[in-house]
Order: sequence, then structure tokens, then C-alpha cells
Amino acid sequence: MFRRALKLAFPHTLPVMAGYLFLGLGFGVLLSQAGYGAFWALMMSGGIYAGAMQFVTIDLLLTGAGLVQAALMTLLVNARHLVYGLTMASRYQNTGGAKPYLAFALTDETFALLATFPVPEGLEAKQYYTAVSALNQAYWVMGSLLGSLLGQVLPFDLSGIEFSMTALFVVMLVEQWRNKAARPSMLVGVLSALLCRIFFGENNFTLPAMALICLALLLGRKQLGTQEGAA
Amino acid sequence: MKTFLLILVVAAVTLALRLIPVYLFSKQGARMPQWLSDLSLLMPGAIVALLVVYSLKDTALALPASWLPALCGVLTAAALQHFKKNTLVSVFAATAVYMMLQRLLMP
Repeated sequence: MFRRALKLAFPHTLPVMAGYLFLGLGFGVLLSQAGYGAFWALMMSGGIYAGAMQFVTIDLLLTGAGLVQAALMTLLVNARHLVYGLTMASRYQNTGGAKPYLAFALTDETFALLATFPVPEGLEAKQYYTAVSALNQAYWVMGSLLGSLLGQVLPFDLSGIEFSMTALFVVMLVEQWRNKAARPSMLVGVLSALLCRIFFGENNFTLPAMALICLALLLGRKQLGTQEGAA
Repeated sequence: MKTFLLILVVAAVTLALRLIPVYLFSKQGARMPQWLSDLSLLMPGAIVALLVVYSLKDTALALPASWLPALCGVLTAAALQHFKKNTLVSVFAATAVYMMLQRLLMP
């Protein structure tokens, strides 16, 4: 049963595979250069499983940051995950024993995939969600481990392949754009992001942008249209 | 030991941020307030838009070698997806365009 779910989910996850393998590779290489081997790569990619935050964690380790500082930093960098959980809560309603893992594995890319593409026909939603989540984490862990083992010696120049993440987000934007009801909220998203990018700089704009989006959508939810299918 | 504790803290905070909303609002019979369910319907479009901007954050607008590949990559992905509707093709073609232009333009 689950094998079929993996088979049907696999094509949807291919772009994430490209992105995660490469980003994971980059993370593993950096971590090994910082003096932490494969064990730590597995610990972090298996236990934290948050791309951007894992890169930040390398900095925290190198600068000898305290635990409180680490907690605050995580809160700031990963606050956006609150929104993902909020959005997926209703879909995860009947997922039973898989629910803790599904919630844990809700990364940017997994969220974007699950929120954009419908469950393939003839497949139980729970199985599809679990398959996508598990495949994505497998790519991330494999990439990190590989990077950690390869260390500094890489045979090819793969710089620029991380653009596959951007391309994936653009594809999702195009897919959501087809739904007319979702267009106003997408414009709210773009404008909020750009405004905050200008005012807060490239490294600090996601949190204010997220807050601005929440505020704008809350205030304008009646006008923005929340009829069926607005997602 | 210190390394282990720090990783544990990062993992715990991340997990809390992901678990809390899912568990607060997905219990059988637990009804989400109207404003919250409105928000969760409107949110995905806005957040995907934010993610596009976020993933382009390191693009330097003053350097054509930086923004030109990014712009061409984004346009390739958008056009292919609009007309062909094949996610894989769009992503791989856009990434290839980006990587090639990056190598051509970088000194």
C-alpha cells in the first residue's frame, strides 16, 4: 500500500530532490569544514530538519553561542512554520499515528508541495502526505551525509543548482495563479515581501513580511474573497 | 556535550513551532475560529509569493551577472509552467538556463 503511495508521490518530489540533495550537500561540506563529522550531520538533518536554520546552527556552534541565544535565533528564523502548521491543520485532521511525523517534517518545500498539488486519485490522503514528507527528508539526510563524507573534495562545479528551489517556488506561484480567487492574496504576498525586503534588508525581512501578510489578509479577508477554493 | 545541547535546543524550538498549530486545530471536533480558517485559505498563495522573493534575496541588483541569470531563470520557469504544465521540465530547464548564464557572465 505504502509502496504505491511512494511511487505516486515520487514524481512530485523530484524538484525538491534536486534542491535538497544539493543544499544538503552544501550543508554537509560546511559542517565538516567547521570540524563536525558525519554523526553530527545525521543528528542535525534527522533531528532539526530545517534547512536555513541548520546553516545558522553552524554559525552558532562556531561562535560558541549560548542556549538562550540559540533558542531565540531558532524562534526568529523558523517562526514561519507556525503558518504552515496552521494551514495544514485541517488536512492533517484524520492522519492518526502519522500526525506527529507529518507536523515535524513540515518544511518550506514540503508545505509548498502539499498545499499546491492535490492528492493523486485513488490514494489515501494520509499515505500521500507521509510519502511526500518521508521522501523529502530522505533526500535532505542523504545530501547532508554525502556532503559531510566528501568534505572539501567535490568532483564537479555544481554552483547555481540551488536555483532549482527558486524555480520550484515560481512553478507553484504559476499554479496558484490559475486560481483567480487566490490572486489578490498572492499580490499581498509579493508586495509585503518586497516592502519588507527594502526596509529590513535581505537578512531580516521574512518575519516582518510574514506579520504584514497576516495583518493584511486578516483585515482584508472579506474583500479578498474566502469562497471555496481560495487556496 | 555543549554541541549536543545546542542542537537539542534548536531542534526542540523548531519542533514546537511545527507541532503546536497542527495539534491545537486538528483535534476531532475542534473548530477553528472563522478568522483563522479564512487565514489558512488565503495564506498559501501569499506565502509562496514570499518564498519566491526570499529565495532570490541574495541576488545583487547592481550586478547584471547576478540578476540577469536569476531573471531569465524565473521567466523560463514561469513561461514553461504556464504553457507546458510540467513541473519537472520547468524546474530543470530554468535551473539549466540559470547555471549557464551564470558561467557565461561571471568573469
